[in-house]
Amino acid sequence: MIKAILIFNNHGKPRMSKFYEHYTEDTEQQIIRETFHLVSKRDENVCNFLEGGLLIGGSENKLIYRHYATLYFVFCVDSSESELGILDLIQVFVETLDKCFENVCELDLIFHLDKVHNILAEMVMGGMVLETNMSEIITQVEAQGKMEKSEAGIAGAPARAVSAVKNMNLPEMPKNINIGDISIKVPNLPSFK
Amino acid sequence: MALKIVKGSIDRMFDKNLQDLVRGIRNHKEDEAKYISTCIDEIKQELKQDNIAVKANAVCKLTYLQMLGYDVSWAAFNIVEVMSSSKFTFKRIGYLAASQCFHEGTDVIMLTTNQIRKDLSSPNQYDTGVALTGLSCFVTPDLARDLANDIMTLMSHTKPYIRKKAVLIMYKVFLKYPESLRPAFPRLKEKLEDPDPGVQSAAVNVICELARRNPKNYLSLAPLFFKLMTSSTNNWVLIKIIKLFGALTPLEPRLGKKLIEPLTNLIHSTSAMSLLYECVNTVIAVLISLSSGMPNHSASIQLCVQKLRILIEDSDQNLKYLGLLAMSKILKTHPKSVQSHKDLILQCLDDKDESIRLRALDLLYGMVSKKNLMEIVKKLMLHVDKAEGTTYRDELLTKIIDICSQSNYQYITNFEWYISILVELTRLEGTRHGHLIASQMLDVAIRVKAIRGFAVAQMATLLDNAHLLTGNTQRNGICEVLYAAAWICGEFSEHLEDPMQTLEAMLRPKVATLPGHIQAVYVQNAAKLFATVLQKHEGETDSQAAQETSQLLIDRLPLFVQSANLEVQERASCILQLVKYIQKLQQKNVEVAEEVTALFAGELNPVAPKAQKKVPIPEGLDLDAWINEPPSESESEDEKPKAVFAKEEPKHYRSRNTEVDEKELARRREVRKQEQANNPFYIKASPSSQKVYDAPGVEHIPVVQIDLSVPLKVPGMPMSDQYLKLEEERQQKEKAERKKKEKKKKREKRGKGRKADSGPESEEDITPAQHVDIVTEEMPENALPSDDDDKDPNDPHRALDIDLDNLLSGFSSRPLADSEKLPVRTHRPEVLKSPAEDRVSESVPPETKKKSSKEKKEKKKDKEKDRKRSKEEKKKKKKHKEVEEELLESQPEEPVQSEETKEAAAPPTSTSAEASDLDFWLSSAPVPPAAQEVTVPSSAVETSSAAVPESEPDEPKDTEPEDTKSSKHKKKKQKKEKEEKEKKKKKRHHHHHHHGEAGGEDSVQNGTVEEEEPLPPMSNYSVLAENSFIKMVYDIQGNHQDESKVVVSIIFENKSDSFLKSMEFNVLDSLNSKLQRPEGAGPHDGLTVPFQLPPGVSNEARFVFSVQSIVMPQKLKGTLTFIVKSDESSTHEKLDFKLHFTCTSYLITTPCYSDAYAKLLESGDLKGSSLRLEGINMPFHHLLARICFHHHFSVVERIDSCASMYSRSIQGHHVCLLVKTSDQTVSIDAKCDEPSLLGNVLDELKQTFSKC
Repeated sequence: MIKAILIFNNHGKPRMSKFYEHYTEDTEQQIIRETFHLVSKRDENVCNFLEGGLLIGGSENKLIYRHYATLYFVFCVDSSESELGILDLIQVFVETLDKCFENVCELDLIFHLDKVHNILAEMVMGGMVLETNMSEIITQVEAQGKMEKSEAGIAGAPARAVSAVKNMNLPEMPKNINIGDISIKVPNLPSFK
Repeated sequence: MALKIVKGSIDRMFDKNLQDLVRGIRNHKEDEAKYISTCIDEIKQELKQDNIAVKANAVCKLTYLQMLGYDVSWAAFNIVEVMSSSKFTFKRIGYLAASQCFHEGTDVIMLTTNQIRKDLSSPNQYDTGVALTGLSCFVTPDLARDLANDIMTLMSHTKPYIRKKAVLIMYKVFLKYPESLRPAFPRLKEKLEDPDPGVQSAAVNVICELARRNPKNYLSLAPLFFKLMTSSTNNWVLIKIIKLFGALTPLEPRLGKKLIEPLTNLIHSTSAMSLLYECVNTVIAVLISLSSGMPNHSASIQLCVQKLRILIEDSDQNLKYLGLLAMSKILKTHPKSVQSHKDLILQCLDDKDESIRLRALDLLYGMVSKKNLMEIVKKLMLHVDKAEGTTYRDELLTKIIDICSQSNYQYITNFEWYISILVELTRLEGTRHGHLIASQMLDVAIRVKAIRGFAVAQMATLLDNAHLLTGNTQRNGICEVLYAAAWICGEFSEHLEDPMQTLEAMLRPKVATLPGHIQAVYVQNAAKLFATVLQKHEGETDSQAAQETSQLLIDRLPLFVQSANLEVQERASCILQLVKYIQKLQQKNVEVAEEVTALFAGELNPVAPKAQKKVPIPEGLDLDAWINEPPSESESEDEKPKAVFAKEEPKHYRSRNTEVDEKELARRREVRKQEQANNPFYIKASPSSQKVYDAPGVEHIPVVQIDLSVPLKVPGMPMSDQYLKLEEERQQKEKAERKKKEKKKKREKRGKGRKADSGPESEEDITPAQHVDIVTEEMPENALPSDDDDKDPNDPHRALDIDLDNLLSGFSSRPLADSEKLPVRTHRPEVLKSPAEDRVSESVPPETKKKSSKEKKEKKKDKEKDRKRSKEEKKKKKKHKEVEEELLESQPEEPVQSEETKEAAAPPTSTSAEASDLDFWLSSAPVPPAAQEVTVPSSAVETSSAAVPESEPDEPKDTEPEDTKSSKHKKKKQKKEKEEKEKKKKKRHHHHHHHGEAGGEDSVQNGTVEEEEPLPPMSNYSVLAENSFIKMVYDIQGNHQDESKVVVSIIFENKSDSFLKSMEFNVLDSLNSKLQRPEGAGPHDGLTVPFQLPPGVSNEARFVFSVQSIVMPQKLKGTLTFIVKSDESSTHEKLDFKLHFTCTSYLITTPCYSDAYAKLLESGDLKGSSLRLEGINMPFHHLLARICFHHHFSVVERIDSCASMYSRSIQGHHVCLLVKTSDQTVSIDAKCDEPSLLGNVLDELKQTFSKC
């Protein structure tokens, strides 16, 4: 079982959090902070597994994480998950984000939290891995996106226009800020089917 | 209309959407909280509007704020509103928000039941998908109960997208509503073979999660998973299945044997590291479950170790880490194969990654031997010096101690070296593990008698240099060592060279700065030292010195009398008065030394840590009953001393009713605390170490800080390195000697041919430097087996421990009861239902949900309709599946097709049908289980007689040829279930037959009894002794060749979960009977049992006894000692027994011809005796077989109900019997040339039959 999936940046700011067990908001923030402290003090070239996250479930659980450019992707899992499998799953997740956002970067996640959640929902459900095939995930996400668009129809058009205008005038257009490309391929693991 | 919508959206065009919110927050870095609070106010306004789009937008923003840590539960009702929107876009936003912030405590959740149900049955697959995803996060027991049936229907949805989600969510439903597991399981199982790989994967996922917690219930699915494993190409599915097998193999070793081959193939063929790693892991699990009994699997171990080495050597730190992790699992059972990679592991100790260093440390634990212990520990000591950061260093320290103390100090050859290591470890600054070192010092000093002299000397130096340990206030943890030092010096003061000096050291004023519990030990042991000093001086009649000592105590003790610590105070004042009295006596020249020493006489024995727990509760004692009614509020809170032992003790007194009383206790504690806080007279506990500073005479002494950055060398303390050198020298010397010996041996070999077998000379046989006798720990005599693995009562998986086997067999003995049917939606129109009404119906607790019969009927109808529909759908499917389906779903009262009735009505044994199906599948493994049964006669009789059904209905015999054929082609086996069932029965039948033959063989072997009907199984093995760890059964046989020898065969069976080793068998010889020991062994030495026992395994050993007179039965007392080795600990255990040599055991079955027999009787040398047995209720031939089998007779002649029998003792006595029977009375006339032997044999005969 996956207990929680966290994404935060190099400063510990949460970018997405998904807990598959219930905690109060305060505990959730505490968990994110603790995890950040554990993960951020590790060197780049040490292993991606960490034991002893104290807050979620205790000693039975492991933290499995990957660091892409400015973001940490952390999965907290119990012993029934395969460590290397989850590492690959993180890779699939990031690659899917990359495909859906077209060169994803941190700002995409910041501004489209709901979309990130929707993509994740096609991969992991209630803490269990639902789908690992990237093309299948993208097909489903796109189909739902299409539905959303068709529902918005004429009514959505003005809102979209306004939002485009808003974006144009503001200096922090996501793509203008060079935050770095996060889609780094990891060569040393033979990809997972 | 359209215009209105456009207008509405233009109105809200300038509302903040999520992007605006995020942007705003980023622009208000300084006053973020303030900005967000204004945003929340805006959101509250938006939520009040009627426009659902506005609401959805607001909820979407709330989801973002929730991630930032803001509580949004106040908007729960609005979230429900958005969820119920008809538009997918908004619905999704609603469900997302719900999945992020709803939980079991959210009260509006019960309003959602109908909405979710509607969404689940929506024609749009994404509506359904979104509802399932959301539900998976916030499902409650009520939701699970009400929606279980709807979700189950979705499991057979036409779209795989829905199917896989429905299958996956079932796990959450099971967790919340365990009653749904049994009804839903058949369909879940069916999904394992779904055509869509995603659905299949989901089903595997769910079953793996279920099986991980309660593996035994899923053992019967093993064949199906095996098929999946060999056919699937999806790595995710493979990994899950392989992990599942890893959990199943410990329960069924035969499964492991079957798995080895395909797993090995996968290891060779796969390119995915993750799959390779899991395969290796499961192979390891299999090897552990098979254990040492399988020498031919060494290839598999080698393969695993070799692959793991590749992982560890990889530059990828992840693989290195996992490699080490898996290696530690192999270590437990096959330490030898790991030991060869010592170099690699030591190398990992230097890795920059702490996770990897810790893993490597774990491995070291199992790599030590007597030979390399010193070397490894030396390396670790170097690391200790180098290590920065206390956590890693503390870890190192505990590992060093673990490694050295493991399995009863098995690998330590030189305890002087170990004590030195411990003393060196005291140099560690700021460690938390002072108490660990202390307890090791105490343990070694107490249990290794030979080391006491050395230990005392070392401890005396430690005490003398105590200022170095306590000088720095940061090093408080380490001063625990002084506790041990003081106690050892006091307790074993007779070994002290200069007790006076140590006494002086213990009474220095600085001692008063130590923690209270250590001071208490100091005071107490000062008194012991005082006694020793007195005795010494009185021996020398030096009254002056003795009086000086008393004066010293009288001078120094008042310091302790003033201590703030009660314990110190009490002991000090007690001892002070005692010394004053002694001084008075001394002045009168009275000899007191002897009486003072008597105060501390007697030795303390170590007690096993589990001893307390294992004391059986005497009958009639109820530990939970109140002795007196409890007072409403307790008056005192006991202060917890921070002592070494006191801290550990409470563990043993685990209260048995914690489960019930935990809450109550917590409440009481809270109340008490409150009261104490309010009570100005209550003296609160405070860390004792800080308080003692107020002792007078101390505060003016400046505390000198000693800089100890250079490794400290305490003067006069031996360094452990010197032992290392000694050891090296010794090894070299030994090598040289061995060479010499080998030469000698060669010469001997030529002369003697074969040496007496004393076992192969092991390399590890290093003679210890001192004579070491480790005192074993005491245990209560009739200790009960411990059950340590009690599950967590709060574990939700406990409720899922449901027997599914009989369910799988379809027509089970326990079909789904009506109460187990999932609640089905009734036909009441739900549109009319207001939310309030809904709440009422929802809040009805499950117990009261027993529906009225009317409602039930309605439901059944509904269900039948459902089934009809589903039947129609499935008609296209394969035929056998349909049959299976029918079987699974059929209710007991329904008419079943004729074929099935036959099946269902036939065997009463069908309860175990599925289990024996598994047996069959497993039994086609290369090693037939029957082979095992032969080697273990007694247990085989038990198990097989349990397996043989009492009555076997007539079986169609014509399937026999097919049976043998198909067992070879096991793939064909899956073809038809029915066929399989017949085979099973066939097999059982076979088994039965086989058994009959076995019984027959017995009687044939023993004589010439004609077969009339099969004999019941018999065994001569009787129980010798048993406890919770081991069971011994034995049989005694005479030896044909030697007239003074008998062979005792003993089967040792390991009943525990631990590994049993170093078994030693010993008996107290009598004048008449003696155990044959190898040459050179003393008359009281035990014999080593030539094997070790993994959990659940039994093996047989034979011991030869020599006897002189055989006319009387004998009893020999004996003991079996052995070491129980489990994961965490190893303990010495012993088992006493009485070996009963009956006269029968001296008899040897010898055939005799009737004419020789007649001559013998005529000779007149024999003296007669007779015996009458009443009420014998067995066929005559059974009676004879029993006499033959149990008493080693053979039948000479038999005429109707009369038979003559013969046997001969190992010393050549003839024993003749004439056995007659007439309705339940048996008379036996016996003759023998030794009347007392005959008398005893007849007594034993009588006993045998009185038992039946």
